[in-house]
Amino acid sequence: MPPTPLLLSKELPSLDYSAPRDRFDETWRAPLSTLLGLGRAAGADFVEFFLERVNYISCMAEDDAITSLSPSLSTGAGVRVFRGKADCYVSTNDLSFAGLKTALEKGLSILGLNMPAPNSFVPAINLELLRDYATARQKESWLSDCSSMREMSDVLLAANATLHTTAKHVQSRRAVYFRDWQEVLVAASDGVFARDIRLNQSVGYSLLCADGSDRASISKRVGSSGDPAFLRTWDYSTDAAGVSESAGQMLYADYVESGTYPIIMANQFGGVIFHEACGHLLETTQIERKTTPFAEMKGEKIAHENLTAWDEGLTDQAFGTIDMDDEGMPAQRTLLIENGILKNFLSDRAGSLRTGHPRTGSGRRQNYTYAAASRMRNTYIAPGDYSVEDLFASVEKGIYCKQMGGGSVGPTGEFNFGVSEAYLIENGKITKPLKGATLIGEAKEIMNKISMCSKDLGLAAGFCGSISGSIYVTVGQPHIKVDSITVGGR
Amino acid sequence: MTQIQDIAASAEAIARQLNITKYDVFGSSVDENSVQVDQGEPKQVKASQRSSVIVRVWNDDNRMGVTSTTDVDPKGLELALKTAQEASQFGATDHVADFSPEATKPIPTVPTSKAPQAAVAELIKTLVDAEHQLLQAHPAIAGVPYNGLAQRDIDKFYLNSDGAQRVDARSYASLYLYSKTEQEGKKPRSAGAYRMGPSVDGLDIQGCLSEAAEKTISHLNYAKVKSGKYRVVFSGEAFLSLLGAFSNLYNAQSILDHQSLSTAESLGTEIASPLLSVYDDALHPDNVAIETFDGEGTPTRRVPIITEGVLTGFLHSAGTAKRFGVAPTGHANIGAKVTVSPHFYHVMPGKPAETTYSLDEAEQVIWIDDVSALHAGVNALQGSFSLPFDGWLVTKGDRVSVDSATIAGDFLDLLKAIIYVESEPEVLPGGVCPRIWVDGLSVTGE
Repeated sequence: MPPTPLLLSKELPSLDYSAPRDRFDETWRAPLSTLLGLGRAAGADFVEFFLERVNYISCMAEDDAITSLSPSLSTGAGVRVFRGKADCYVSTNDLSFAGLKTALEKGLSILGLNMPAPNSFVPAINLELLRDYATARQKESWLSDCSSMREMSDVLLAANATLHTTAKHVQSRRAVYFRDWQEVLVAASDGVFARDIRLNQSVGYSLLCADGSDRASISKRVGSSGDPAFLRTWDYSTDAAGVSESAGQMLYADYVESGTYPIIMANQFGGVIFHEACGHLLETTQIERKTTPFAEMKGEKIAHENLTAWDEGLTDQAFGTIDMDDEGMPAQRTLLIENGILKNFLSDRAGSLRTGHPRTGSGRRQNYTYAAASRMRNTYIAPGDYSVEDLFASVEKGIYCKQMGGGSVGPTGEFNFGVSEAYLIENGKITKPLKGATLIGEAKEIMNKISMCSKDLGLAAGFCGSISGSIYVTVGQPHIKVDSITVGGR
Repeated sequence: MTQIQDIAASAEAIARQLNITKYDVFGSSVDENSVQVDQGEPKQVKASQRSSVIVRVWNDDNRMGVTSTTDVDPKGLELALKTAQEASQFGATDHVADFSPEATKPIPTVPTSKAPQAAVAELIKTLVDAEHQLLQAHPAIAGVPYNGLAQRDIDKFYLNSDGAQRVDARSYASLYLYSKTEQEGKKPRSAGAYRMGPSVDGLDIQGCLSEAAEKTISHLNYAKVKSGKYRVVFSGEAFLSLLGAFSNLYNAQSILDHQSLSTAESLGTEIASPLLSVYDDALHPDNVAIETFDGEGTPTRRVPIITEGVLTGFLHSAGTAKRFGVAPTGHANIGAKVTVSPHFYHVMPGKPAETTYSLDEAEQVIWIDDVSALHAGVNALQGSFSLPFDGWLVTKGDRVSVDSATIAGDFLDLLKAIIYVESEPEVLPGGVCPRIWVDGLSVTGE
């Protein structure tokens, strides 16, 4: 049933919208344009609906058995209502027209708005032609092309068996996989009407080795987006060898002596330092909260002149790649820092409204229970002119951070990172493994201490938790040298 | 939420159609409102009504499969049961999860505490007032960048094909205020406070405000601390954070998975100073979020974990309890692999201390208010930690905020190095715990 521009509010209960719950397509145009019109007629400045359907499954092999195979199905919707710069977000599992209308009504009432009187005209919103990335980019078969439960089990058991042959002093072996398939539909009162399908998968190892009182636990995970064959093409032999080698090195490692050192951070997941220490502080969410020291520094030097950094959603099959963000905006490639100069912030709709920085296709959320917020996608430091050997040769005594754990940044810009695999550098050479290191610093200071970048840019899959939940991201960098940083240890 | 009787009837009918004879269902629904404010104006208001269920199905070979779904209508339940049935083909063949032997036992009787929800406008007004008062508390407090007031109703149920059926309904509210300072020539400093209560009316808003203001102001005067070994006093919150991070010590599933610092034989060994005793007690009267049964329908209870320094108990699901030959303790989370987690800690003095200590008399001790970044700085399988902290260097009661420092150590060594457990507990969202004094911990400052 098409929407009518002459609908009276009192006629709403008799409408028979029959949009399917198990597919987001053109049939949703009528109910959503009517609901958006209802919201605008009530006095909202802007209304947006986000519909989501998720088919998720995780699988875990422990030693030589599958101990968990866990499918999860969910559908839900969120409606966001703006009145001035204030906004309200209401989420629900109920995707019926009545359910969505109830959610809208609640959102309006929270902002002090009432549904139109029974004899009010409700102008349907003229939505754009459905921008359907799922169809245009042939994503409809992604779910059925992914590994079956049988294949998941077989691959993980084979992978864990391989780990058993490569590692020594094994106390436990785990191989873990998940597939997250998501269909989304965004409709907004500015006419946005867009659909997409996303597919994120990740697989990895967790190895615990013990020899007497010496223990080492090493994890490694890889991830991709948009590749149904991801699991069946996983090179687990190489990963098993790498994890085993790292665990063997760390099993008898000494604790790091606390102090201030120059460090070299490995490429790929080493990029978490930029993600935490700088990336978060370039989100407009942080400007709104006044928790970034960079808020007024666009166009100014905030980092070493050798540092250039990007955030983008376009790299083929990278974990943080998206065709459109969760507000229906196509993804972009956003230059954050160029030769040390701050060029752009990452902005979602609300961030743009409240800070004036243009939207960058960065409105992201974990699921329908969260309003979108400005978030990173694939974020990395660009390659520099040095070789890795140049970096090591410049360090008399320092620490090589080969594998990073997680990290976080606080409201005053202080950050920290765990280092899961570290080595002492003496006179430009690696001399022994170290454990228990934590890197501590302040964003504003550290960015000027990243003095050397090598040429070997590498990306790694990661998870980022923040105001709009946990999302898939890529971090990345070449090998970099930080001239000095506080290292917490024993 | 759909009534449990309706779900039970639907599940039974669909299971019969699918030739499923053994299944159970755990479900919950949440109805919540939350607000954030910024400089006297509402910034974001969120409301959510959502339900979810997780179904487990056992096939004819007694292999179990699981599926969770947010669609709790008959169509959604049917799809979930079908998917779980498919997944059961790949279920474990060893130590297969089973119904809890206590799923039909009576659950503890506790006062029902479902409170009427406050209007959203009232939430906004309350939070705006709190923000205003905090900004007025000191000229250096320039903002309250992280704040939130939320109220939540939670309904839970468990049912199984053997006739178990139980429900629980609670509501609670929470408030957090995290303020930040700005002073010319000084680093921004921040601190906050958090409170939970049975309802917005029952929240200790003034206490939260006072604590946030007092802590924030206390960090204005800051200095680096020299790296070295220190006598350290953990606040209840900081100690509970560490205890939770190393909960594999007393988690029976972790022990069976070889993912623990303990083994089955560790029970009865001395792992901590005799001055320390620890319980997990979901039914503690200070626990705002009381749970009367776990994800397998097992009634919750008070469980001794460490008694006067001796490891005296593990937390169990039905499956781990069966393998250990003991009764389940009500700590299971339902899933394809049932996991185990604590509810609410009760930490208290064990044996009487021969020597007592006081912050008013101690010299050069580090008082740690809170540790952060546990996900990055804790290696639970190695037993080590290296964590940033908020705290003070205290000398005879005078305290100076510590700037950018970390504390590092081995958790088992820390438990042994406890020299005093104060008697006055702090009541916290995760448990009740007094301040704990520990000797000889490494602090990295300058």
